[in-house]
Amino acid sequence: MQNVRAQRVPSALAAPSKYRRVNWYARPFFRKKLLPWLFVLPIGFLYSAVVIVPALTGISYALTNWSGMGSAQYIGLENFRTLFFEDDNFVLAFQNNLWWMLIFLTVPFTMALVVSFLLSRIKRGAMLIRTALFVPYVLPSVVVVSIWQNLMSPRKGLGLQISRTFGIDTFNRAYLGNPDTALFAIAFIDNWHFWVFLVVIFLTAMQSISPDLYDAAKIDGASQFHEFIYVTVPSVLPTLVFMLMMVAIWSFLVFDYIYLTTQGGPAGATEVLGTFLYKEAFRRFEAGYASAVGITMSFFAMLIMGFVIFLRRRGVEI
Amino acid sequence: MAALSRKLRSVFKRQRREPSLWLNYFVVLLMTAFALGPIVVLFMNSVKGTAELGSNPIGFPRTFVWENYLVAWQRGNFATTLGNSSFLVVTTVLAQLTFCGLAAYSLARLNPPGGNIFMVVMLTGSTIPVWLYIVPLFMLWRDLGLLNNLWGLILLYSAGGAPFAIFLLRSFMLQIHPDFEDAARIDGASELQVLWSVIMPLAWPGFLTVGLMTALGTWSEYQLALIFVTDPELFPVTTSYAAFVGRFSRDWGLTSAAAVMLIAPVLLMFLSLQRQFIDGLTAGGVKA
Repeated sequence: MQNVRAQRVPSALAAPSKYRRVNWYARPFFRKKLLPWLFVLPIGFLYSAVVIVPALTGISYALTNWSGMGSAQYIGLENFRTLFFEDDNFVLAFQNNLWWMLIFLTVPFTMALVVSFLLSRIKRGAMLIRTALFVPYVLPSVVVVSIWQNLMSPRKGLGLQISRTFGIDTFNRAYLGNPDTALFAIAFIDNWHFWVFLVVIFLTAMQSISPDLYDAAKIDGASQFHEFIYVTVPSVLPTLVFMLMMVAIWSFLVFDYIYLTTQGGPAGATEVLGTFLYKEAFRRFEAGYASAVGITMSFFAMLIMGFVIFLRRRGVEI
Repeated sequence: MAALSRKLRSVFKRQRREPSLWLNYFVVLLMTAFALGPIVVLFMNSVKGTAELGSNPIGFPRTFVWENYLVAWQRGNFATTLGNSSFLVVTTVLAQLTFCGLAAYSLARLNPPGGNIFMVVMLTGSTIPVWLYIVPLFMLWRDLGLLNNLWGLILLYSAGGAPFAIFLLRSFMLQIHPDFEDAARIDGASELQVLWSVIMPLAWPGFLTVGLMTALGTWSEYQLALIFVTDPELFPVTTSYAAFVGRFSRDWGLTSAAAVMLIAPVLLMFLSLQRQFIDGLTAGGVKA
């Protein structure tokens, strides 16, 4: 190395080159510090433009009465006060979100735990059944909704077929048009598509359970039901708790299925925070108010996550 | 004879030891029917006329009305919207794989100073719901002229999927032994060349998984497309299909035919690349 350098020293004597090429790549600063960041920069820049900067400015929006056009006036926490104490629609939407969460924390989990357990026992045809089960999950929400809107429609669909075939007319109802049943009907539709996702997750978790545990249970004379309760469920508990947390968070953010079926109707019976925010922001052009709704929604989502992290920190084994 | 009886005995023994699985099959097949039934009805109804749907809403079609597909194609403006959606999918997947691949490689191997902070920011960002920043984002996109612009949507989709893509690609790259790259570096390859000709061929299952999840997610995305694109000529298939259902809600045959055209690419992709799909699901815990 030394010799090579020494030969290059009398560079002043060499003919001055007009195009002296700088070998950036040989410079340690470029190679060790700059280049790694050049690789990260494009997506980092895009991500801050789309997520980070709007998330931070959203907080300042929420303190104004801005309509999206013209000038904004600072009004402090007025938006939040109106939201919590004066806006009945918000309270209604929040209650519906709680119902939605309750449904999704119970129904799909029960179905998925039982079915993935039963499926994990099957050897022959298991792959085929698993593939068939997952198909609803890959369908876009618009198609899932349109399939079930037709099937649940009172003048056509399943209700009509049942009344034709069996002469029973009780199922021939407008499930989505009735304020008492609409929210449950939409939850049923969303769940039809969603619960198989949990089956995938639980099946993967069950694959890593040691067969020794089942053998030991068998020797003790355990039935399939006992194995499920005493071996399978405790073994997948961390996955179960993680998914419960994720579903609780997602249930505050639901939008597609409700907007596509009822848009929050009839008479606000299916209004949730997502549709409420959408209407405030893009129909009534209350940009400031809608930002306050967004922050409130996110706050509840973060609260759930914080609660789980708190439990973990306290040493609860979940 | 002795061999046969021994074999018989072992068969019986196995049967006695293994618990009966009829209940498992019964429940699981019932749920499979629940999952597939409505989709089968969708396919059958896509070739029924209006008259037949009134008398035979669920069963096998008696006459096949293939024109449904032609009419749905024309009235649903599928020539345009399929083009829009394909453009969205291809460009988003390419952008995602390029930029997240670069970032993942740097974070896995090049140790950028402050890289950990970047990853924490990404991870925190991925937990922020889109509702928190949708209004300021909308205003920003309006000021930048990216509303009613497919590129505007591509930027949103690429950014939204970035945390998942970066973390998945990075974990795939970390599993590759560094000796492969060092060999290339000694031969004078630049980092880009290393990424392209050493990492890419070895980490391709990761790239395939990310590409598949991005493609499926982009094809099915509704919420952002609804908010950011309002010009019907720029609609992707999802928002255009929702508008189509709104106009022709009484004609179940027509909307079913349109739905079949919308989901055909998704089903083909899922059935041919199931393994990558399931890897992606279990790795990211994403919800469509």
